[in-house]
Amino acid sequence: MKKNNGKLYTILSLIVLAILIYFAENNLDAYNLRILNLGAIYVTLGVSLNLIFGFTGQFSLGHAGFMAVGAYVTTLLVLPPWYKEMIYILEPLVWPFSIMHTPFIIALFLSGIFAALAALLIGLPVLRLKGDYLGIATLGFAEIIRIIANNIPQITNGALGIKGIPEFTNLWWTVGVAVVTIYIIKGLINSSYGRALMAIRENEIAAEVIGVNLTYHKVMSFTISAFFAGVAGGLFACLLTTIDPKAFMFIMTFNILIVVVLGGIGSITGTVIAAFLFNISLEYLRPIEAGFNVGPIVIPAIPGLRMVTFAALLLIVILYKQNGLMGGVEFSWNGVSRFFQKLFPNKKTSEGSST
Amino acid sequence: METVKIIKPMELLNIDNITMQFGGLTAVSNFKLKITPGELIGLIGPNGAGKTTVFNMITGIYTPTINKIYFQEQDITGIKPDKIAKAGIARTFQNIRLLDNLSVIDNVMIGFHLHLRSNLVSAILGLPSYAREEKSIHHKSMELLEKVELEKFKEEKAGSLPYGQQRKLEIVRALATGPKLLLLDEPAAGMNPQETKELMSFIQKIQDDFNLTILLIEHDMKVVMGICKRILVLDYGITIAEGNPAEIQNNPEVIKAYLGVDANYA
Repeated sequence: MKKNNGKLYTILSLIVLAILIYFAENNLDAYNLRILNLGAIYVTLGVSLNLIFGFTGQFSLGHAGFMAVGAYVTTLLVLPPWYKEMIYILEPLVWPFSIMHTPFIIALFLSGIFAALAALLIGLPVLRLKGDYLGIATLGFAEIIRIIANNIPQITNGALGIKGIPEFTNLWWTVGVAVVTIYIIKGLINSSYGRALMAIRENEIAAEVIGVNLTYHKVMSFTISAFFAGVAGGLFACLLTTIDPKAFMFIMTFNILIVVVLGGIGSITGTVIAAFLFNISLEYLRPIEAGFNVGPIVIPAIPGLRMVTFAALLLIVILYKQNGLMGGVEFSWNGVSRFFQKLFPNKKTSEGSST
Repeated sequence: METVKIIKPMELLNIDNITMQFGGLTAVSNFKLKITPGELIGLIGPNGAGKTTVFNMITGIYTPTINKIYFQEQDITGIKPDKIAKAGIARTFQNIRLLDNLSVIDNVMIGFHLHLRSNLVSAILGLPSYAREEKSIHHKSMELLEKVELEKFKEEKAGSLPYGQQRKLEIVRALATGPKLLLLDEPAAGMNPQETKELMSFIQKIQDDFNLTILLIEHDMKVVMGICKRILVLDYGITIAEGNPAEIQNNPEVIKAYLGVDANYA
């Protein structure tokens, strides 16, 4: 009974979410929509990074690379052939990209597939490494992807980047993808396979001796994580309408990492909250870059001061609240009902106190 | 050839003269052991004698430098630990290796993962076939926890359990993998006499209940002499004695190497 109630609540809240999106799409201005869209894309990115980093315990810094793969695949697939012929000035686009043209949803799906293939390819050798070494190797991979993108103008148009990508991305897409991502990754985490992933995080030797195939599970987690990073990359390209290799520098991965750590490593709920908080506060912190006065002290305009704020915040979290916002606690309808029972102890005490 | 094989009583485990070298150091040399189903064998020896190295070789964490290990007449040398677990060898660790941040019940349920039939997609989507399997895993895990009276802690984090309970949980987790051969690495370490006594009867009980063959490393002589029918003594990687408890207790080599010259523990 209780579980069915939970399902009902989930469906109801999805309907509420859909109504909210409808109103947001019709009433908010482009600026606010952009912030919300970025927030939702960061949810997808953060939750997928959390799968490999938070739940499987593998320190991967390759997310910007997978995003880049996804962004370029989507871009090449959604641009009409005549337009591609026009913008590839340095060198013409190679076949078959020059003639391919697919709907947005297929482009997104293929973005994920290509990113997942890239993950499969590098995951097999690289996931033998542990800890910081894995971090450096995956970071290296992301940089390689970016530099390759810079140097194959016949596919990526090189450093010029690609402009005029159709703006398909809206809140329906970004939130929809985020919801699907959460649904799938949550399903994975709560399954026996998810327990195997967490066993790897907790103690690799123990996991292996209980019969968890390390290579299979690590690569599986890495590949699924990359799939969603790729899809997010596609959304990202069709939101900004312009991409170039510089968009996928390490800072991109770092931003996602901030979201995961602030939200709580191993908490999907925390990642969702942190993704929106991060993007909203990134905008509202803009004034501090313009320079301001603290009493008699004049702080000049320093570009990038916003990120310093986040760096400081990250330090505070690491020093005083390692578990992040949510500390590994997940949202659940049972949790909500317990919370309300605590808030209003007079009502419905008969059931609540027994457990 | 074939007929001879059938007539012979099948050995569960056949360790054929293995040697393990780490660079210039020989941790275990010419170790041989044949275990028939249903035995409870003790492996003893002073610290650093190579007992745990033997366990690590059987479970695939190390690959013997020389010669091979056969489990149910299959060569398992150099096979990965997860495959060996699947074949039916489970173990516990000297320094307990639980999944500390996972709940007690999850620690047991993970033991069933290697026999999971549902594929990844049906598990992610929670299809009915998977839901049934998950339910049965949960049920079996609860049964195992009840055997060691840990069911009331099922939602606690494994790392927060008291030491003795953690040891029990680790054994239960090993049982969840459905082993034929169970390797226990110092199960009584850090236990008080009362707990040790309980542990001894517990080991005998699970051996009967699960039809197990057990190989046991232990420093507590009361445990080893009390429950093992056959004992092997290792010293500096060399097997210096083998026999029943009485033989081991009176073996001069053992007394010299391990128990001390005037040891009188019995």
